[in-house]
Amino acid sequence: MRVTHLSLADFRNYESAELDLSPGANLLVGSNGQGKTNLVEALGYLSTLGSHRVSVDHAMIRAGQGAAIVRARLEHGERSILAEVQINRSSANRAQINRGAIKTRELPRYFSSVLFAPEDLALVRGEPSGRRKFLDELLVLRSPRLSGVIADYERVLKQRNSLLKSARVSGVRSSGLSTLEIWDDRLVVIGSQIIEARTALVAELLPEVDAAYTAIAGQMHSAALTNSLSVLSTSVDNDDDVDATSESYTGGIVSAEVAERHFRSALERRRRDELLRGITLVGPHRDDLVLTLNGLPARGYASHGESWSFALSLKLASAAVLRRESTTGDPVLILDDVFAELDDSRRGRLAAAVADYEQVIITAAVFDDVPPALAGHVVRIRAGRILEEGEE
Amino acid sequence: MYEGIIQELIDELGRLPGIGPKSAQRIAFHILQTETFDVTHLAEVLLEVKEKVRFCEICGNVSEQDTCNICRDPRRSATTICVVEEAKDVVAIERTREFRGLYHVLGGAISPIDGIGPDDLRIRQLLQRLADGTVTEVIIATDPNLEGEATATYLTRLLVQPGLRVTRLASGLPVGGDLEYADEVTLGRAFEGRRLVEQ
Repeated sequence: MRVTHLSLADFRNYESAELDLSPGANLLVGSNGQGKTNLVEALGYLSTLGSHRVSVDHAMIRAGQGAAIVRARLEHGERSILAEVQINRSSANRAQINRGAIKTRELPRYFSSVLFAPEDLALVRGEPSGRRKFLDELLVLRSPRLSGVIADYERVLKQRNSLLKSARVSGVRSSGLSTLEIWDDRLVVIGSQIIEARTALVAELLPEVDAAYTAIAGQMHSAALTNSLSVLSTSVDNDDDVDATSESYTGGIVSAEVAERHFRSALERRRRDELLRGITLVGPHRDDLVLTLNGLPARGYASHGESWSFALSLKLASAAVLRRESTTGDPVLILDDVFAELDDSRRGRLAAAVADYEQVIITAAVFDDVPPALAGHVVRIRAGRILEEGEE
Repeated sequence: MYEGIIQELIDELGRLPGIGPKSAQRIAFHILQTETFDVTHLAEVLLEVKEKVRFCEICGNVSEQDTCNICRDPRRSATTICVVEEAKDVVAIERTREFRGLYHVLGGAISPIDGIGPDDLRIRQLLQRLADGTVTEVIIATDPNLEGEATATYLTRLLVQPGLRVTRLASGLPVGGDLEYADEVTLGRAFEGRRLVEQ
């Protein structure tokens, strides 16, 4: 799949913008603050209905305007699709495919992309929540049904936490407790589906991550992923974050049935703590994905360069997984300001790793940071204006 | 801002569910421009409805008498009770003309976030209705969302007793629709709830 044209209206600093894109590598160059990332952010939004920079949509609407419009012409083989989304400040967003209205949440199934950005470093160095989000977003791209399951889980969690909190306030013997079982049941059934889906995804990503890391770093470092599942942990301490004990680790796929069994006994084990603290202490919302290099946790042991290579490997691996299952060609790879962070040899190897994707869109502040192999179609961005090569 | 009483009317209308400030303003001006008689009639109906309508002593449905039309109707089967969340669900099921039994309105669903537990619903009254053994089937027709499902599970566990069948409404594809237009969650549920075709 590839994007042939992108149009923006009132998006970030662009009152309007028209950008032609070619198959293969496209390079958007411009100094900082000129609007390069805004262009790729818009493309990312079409594919994930979210921004990699902000969590609220209205930040993307140009100041003083009521709505932003992102429109992209997509091509796959002979098929051409016009995808459009209107981001509204005060009402629900609207989406169109070939000028016909569709449900906004169905938009991502028409366009898949994988975005690499400096923020990805947090996947390696940041909190577990970032890694859970990475897995969940990929899960939803592959199996849209799971977005409903994940939303249900979050809702059950809120309901159950409120119940635990009110039980704590009014005493453990409150009548509210009789319904705790019901919410336990929902939590276990829905949560176990998430555990199964995540562990299956991790098993699929594992060989891809190792291969991608070797390709980028240029040497074998045995990059590996391990699930840390809170339902497997037998520790009863009140550690606020994931119980990082080795018994919670598993590399294999945990089926929903097995997860349910562990989940139920973990809830039983932690019941007293849960009532004491008024929150749910086990479940996929407290799981983590442990990243290791040569058997050592990347968080804490890996150098800056190694952490970067790992973050890029995770993204490359997810692109590989999406590509394998796609019926509409490769996902579009978007590399936002990534090359500035890498040394020369890593730059060259990353370029080689993405070279055979149908379309790659790169942004950079310095032209020379980007390996020549990726400087195919060059576009210069200056103060919110898009200039083709040679134009001034 | 309008002056005194007009703004007060707009504010009051704006408190109604589904009515935003703009609609409230439109309705307020419509009322201002209508003949006095119609407004008096509306005001009377509003007062009357609050005065006359209460809840059926048996099933909790809305009624103008102590018991509702459905509970008083001798043609309705007393062996089946359909449990719903709200009185408006009764109307929805009645429209199908498929169900000839009685209803029981819970008055909501279990939702700790909103502070609603089983004791806040008309569950005790339901158990009383089942006590004499006349009822042989309870159909649980709570909403197919998280809170409705939780309520259904709670009731299912509570109602285990000999001679009583407890059933739950099916969830699946809308009739007359196209498979390709169904959303993933609905289609996924329909897959889970698939049944054997009789041969």
